[in-house]
Amino acid sequence: MSDNGRNRRSDLRLIGSPQRKIEGLAKSTGRAVYTDDLDFAGMLHGKILRSPHPHARIVSIDTAAAEALEGVHAVITGADMPTRYGIIPWTPDEYPLCLDRVRYIGDGVAAVAALDEDTALAALELIDVEYEELPPFFDPRAAAEADGSTPYVHEAKKEGRNGNVTKMVHLEFGEVDKRMDASDVVVEGDYFFEGTTHAPIEPHCAIGLWDGVGRLTVWSATQVPHYLHRELARVLELDQADVRVLQPLVGGAFGGKSEPFDLEFCVAKLSMITGRPVKILYTREEVFYSHRGRHPFHMRYRTGATADGRLTSVDAEILLDGGAYASFGLVTTYYSGQLLCAPYEMPAYRFDSTRVYTNKPACGPKRGHGSVQPRFAFEIQLDKLAERVGLDPIEFRRRNFIGEDTRTVNELRITSNGFLECLDAVQRASGWNRKFRSMPFGRGVGVAGSTYISGTNYPIYPNEMPQSAVQMQIDRSGRVAVFSGASEIGQGCDSVVAYIAAEELGVPLEWVRVLRGDTDFTPVDLGAYSSRVTFMLGNAAIDAASKLRALVQDAVAEQWDVGASSVLLADGWAVWAPDTSRRLPIAEAFNLAEAKFGTLGSTGWYNTPKDVHGEYRGGTIGASPAYSFTAHVAEVDVDVETGFVEVKKIWVAHDCGRALNPVLVEGQMEGSAYMGFGEAIMEEQVFKDADHGREGLHNAPSLLDYRIPTSLDTPELESLIVESIDPEGPYGAKEAGEGPLHPSIPAIANAIYDAIGVRMDRLPFTPSNVWRSIRDARVAGSLVKPDGPQVKATAPAEEPIHAD
Amino acid sequence: MLRLPPFRYHRPTSLAGALSLKGEFGSDAMYVAGGTDLIPNMKHRLFEPDHLIALKGVPELVGIGERDGHLRIGASVTLADVAASEAVRSRFPALAEAAAHVAGPQLRNSGTLGGNVCLDTRCTYYNQTAFWRGALGYCLKKDGDVCHVTKVGKKCVAAHSADTPPVLMTLDAVVVLAGPGGERRVSLADFFVADGILNTQREPDEVLTEILIPLDSATRRQGYAKLRQRKSIDFPLLTVAVAVGLEGDRVQSLDGVVTGLGARPRRLTGWQEIAEGRALDDGLVEELAERAHKQCHPLENIIVDPDWRRAMVAVYVKRALAKARAA
Repeated sequence: MSDNGRNRRSDLRLIGSPQRKIEGLAKSTGRAVYTDDLDFAGMLHGKILRSPHPHARIVSIDTAAAEALEGVHAVITGADMPTRYGIIPWTPDEYPLCLDRVRYIGDGVAAVAALDEDTALAALELIDVEYEELPPFFDPRAAAEADGSTPYVHEAKKEGRNGNVTKMVHLEFGEVDKRMDASDVVVEGDYFFEGTTHAPIEPHCAIGLWDGVGRLTVWSATQVPHYLHRELARVLELDQADVRVLQPLVGGAFGGKSEPFDLEFCVAKLSMITGRPVKILYTREEVFYSHRGRHPFHMRYRTGATADGRLTSVDAEILLDGGAYASFGLVTTYYSGQLLCAPYEMPAYRFDSTRVYTNKPACGPKRGHGSVQPRFAFEIQLDKLAERVGLDPIEFRRRNFIGEDTRTVNELRITSNGFLECLDAVQRASGWNRKFRSMPFGRGVGVAGSTYISGTNYPIYPNEMPQSAVQMQIDRSGRVAVFSGASEIGQGCDSVVAYIAAEELGVPLEWVRVLRGDTDFTPVDLGAYSSRVTFMLGNAAIDAASKLRALVQDAVAEQWDVGASSVLLADGWAVWAPDTSRRLPIAEAFNLAEAKFGTLGSTGWYNTPKDVHGEYRGGTIGASPAYSFTAHVAEVDVDVETGFVEVKKIWVAHDCGRALNPVLVEGQMEGSAYMGFGEAIMEEQVFKDADHGREGLHNAPSLLDYRIPTSLDTPELESLIVESIDPEGPYGAKEAGEGPLHPSIPAIANAIYDAIGVRMDRLPFTPSNVWRSIRDARVAGSLVKPDGPQVKATAPAEEPIHAD
Repeated sequence: MLRLPPFRYHRPTSLAGALSLKGEFGSDAMYVAGGTDLIPNMKHRLFEPDHLIALKGVPELVGIGERDGHLRIGASVTLADVAASEAVRSRFPALAEAAAHVAGPQLRNSGTLGGNVCLDTRCTYYNQTAFWRGALGYCLKKDGDVCHVTKVGKKCVAAHSADTPPVLMTLDAVVVLAGPGGERRVSLADFFVADGILNTQREPDEVLTEILIPLDSATRRQGYAKLRQRKSIDFPLLTVAVAVGLEGDRVQSLDGVVTGLGARPRRLTGWQEIAEGRALDDGLVEELAERAHKQCHPLENIIVDPDWRRAMVAVYVKRALAKARAA
């Protein structure tokens, strides 16, 4: 067992019970304020001119006619902001507007600020750009094999290198070839994960306001106010102290708003030129072009096992189709291999990952960044291996469980690990033992597992400062004010700090106010990505709140002449533990503290533990203070006549450490499973080819043709929370927002195999793709229910296992 | 958000008023009913009329009722109301079902039956933004001179994509068109023409005022099957409507219409000859499906795998016939 005594608390009153989101009522009644809801006197509207070519040199830009149009206040081009930026400090390869080269259809080349949107649009048509088209790269293999005879998507950093390669990672742990050769069974497979995009309901939006005397304010629908703050200052050559970024409520992001975008720089620069506030709101089409969604992955896996079903060796080769810019691609390339090493024991592992540039919208992080694709391939590999050795796939996974308080083969530190409980939970709830290989032809169940990080252990730009922080004030009214640096994108982090403040200080939840997302007034938190917020912000909030609690306990204890530790703060009261009838309303307790210590405020922060990673180049990438674990069982009904896969139900068991608010955790579990389901069954960010209109043109940048599941398509989802009480997380909590996406896709693939004996190794499982596979299987005579395993899964314990 | 081009909105209160406005503004004006097709198309700059003449306030276009041996459905009756109408459901269940399969609930509350009958054809190279079409180099149907689907020829093959016309055709429905010169009736079977640019016989100044379905058609057993990837919102990848007249257990008449292929719905040929006088059993259904499959060739005007869509012709014909048998 992990040393998690600190978090094995039974005294929690609010934490762990269902609570409202503090902004829930405002959202559900339409009063919540998003960036586009903001309006300022004299505000101008901006539009961005985008490239109609996938790869071209900009020969000249003539903006004179646009500038002369009545109502136009400013026109800018790449030359106005000639500084490269990029979310990863080692790969800055973007300009706010293209300087001399465009790299995909939709790349921004100029921007206009005008009195209204229609005037701005009319002005765009008056901008004359002369392009010299260049041969484009669309196929990642062609990009990887390019010889420089035509210009690379980006100049090579060193003479003689292929400029199309963003990053290559080759890492090997243990004796891969030797153990593979010694394996009783080896399964080899090629897998393809089609690209998908985030499709948040709210399009990107930003407003810039230059005050005329040197200060810039930008409101943005961003996930990363802090990184935006830094990049705005750098690109616009301002002191960071003169830049203020505000984050209104965000209408969904899922990784698609986790780096700076052209519109944020453009509204800032246009406001600096015009002296008036400038707003840009993306169209839905622009959201598809800005993308940064899931990379298409071409994957080859070789996986070995012993005859009794123990993994011996894993060998992976992965090609990532990155699109036009690096984005988070350096990290994605590492994640494509680094995050696979749990929850199963892998004696030897090698991965060889290459990310290339192509002339398509840039790929980046989407919920489950970099690890959803390999997990899809690997969990199918496990299913195939289990079948080969005659083991039930749940039993196979149990046998390879890595355990807790251990290190993975790539030296990542694992602490709490509730994966076995997750397997038990889905096995029990789904009725696995009576369904697997036993349902009628066409019906089937599949299982898959996964792990994910609870935040990156190391920040994007190297520094020793806290990853997350809050400032807290209490006063004589009983009110608690929290200044939170965190990024609220709908996941509920404002609510989480409020729950923690109320828990620790004993006030009603309604007395807690959260001010968040204002870089002038809130402490630094690095942003909402990598499932880091609840974990890190939660610890920071506990830190700040417990400092204040100690002051209040001290003041009350002095008044009562008792020991400070005997004073409890709970449910609106300060209470003496030995005799709970001795009590004081919490506001009076705060008065005593304010009288004794003066105005009451504290700061709290969190930084990650060291030595949780591997001692090799890249060994810090993938390291996290804690890992979540998930298992899914999916049940499907396949129509072999049409190829339609109906997912009837997904059972989602997730080890989130501790559910601070089980309703929010279930929401994340269901949302994740839904998103994975959509990627499995229908979503694909694809492009026209030379035979279909124009190569590199987005297939259809709209929510009509980029199909995401409607409520009618969505399967029943059952969330099964597993609590392993992590030693490091706040009250033992770990992430819940990304991990539960991973197993959806392979669980559905494995269920299709159970239903009709057809392996789906390429995504998505659209009816036409499934129909083609069924047709091939029919010809091959393999369209039959697979045989059951010799070794069935042992029945799980009857009662759910709770760690405390 | 995509911007609408500027236009002036007129709301006449009579059919004569609507026709008079159209006479006044000519080709600068377009009629609009529910707007669920036209308004997105305007945002895509496929149409940029200076004037929109709203038909929602025109009393001649409302209501569902019987008249002269027909069920008369006013053109501006919403699809939601068609789907819910007892008069429709009891006689023409396939029409109610087709109406209920158009788009999603909000769009059915606004979109009208007349609008669905007059729905503009759709194509992956056409129903896109102005920027996208510019990057493509435009197409035959709008602003260009190339068809990206066929790559040769000067004929637009944009797909007829409406859900209700196939059913209406199998029921021998007639539409009434009112123009400056008076009214005319056109059988729905003759209404569509094989030209993706303008695929109906309605003249630009005519208003489709009502849809008439012979009450006799209610004796036919009807079936309707729509292929789409999602259970809501999506346009049809394929729609099959069938109507069977039985005498005893013998087929007396049989009609089948498929759409989602080319510019107009395709009435399946040779069905009557195969089926007349026979029992509608599994063997006959297989033969009919085979016959339909031979005639239907989906194109890449819709972005979904044409081979699969072709294979689905037979499957969905069978499913539509199965519904007719069970009716």
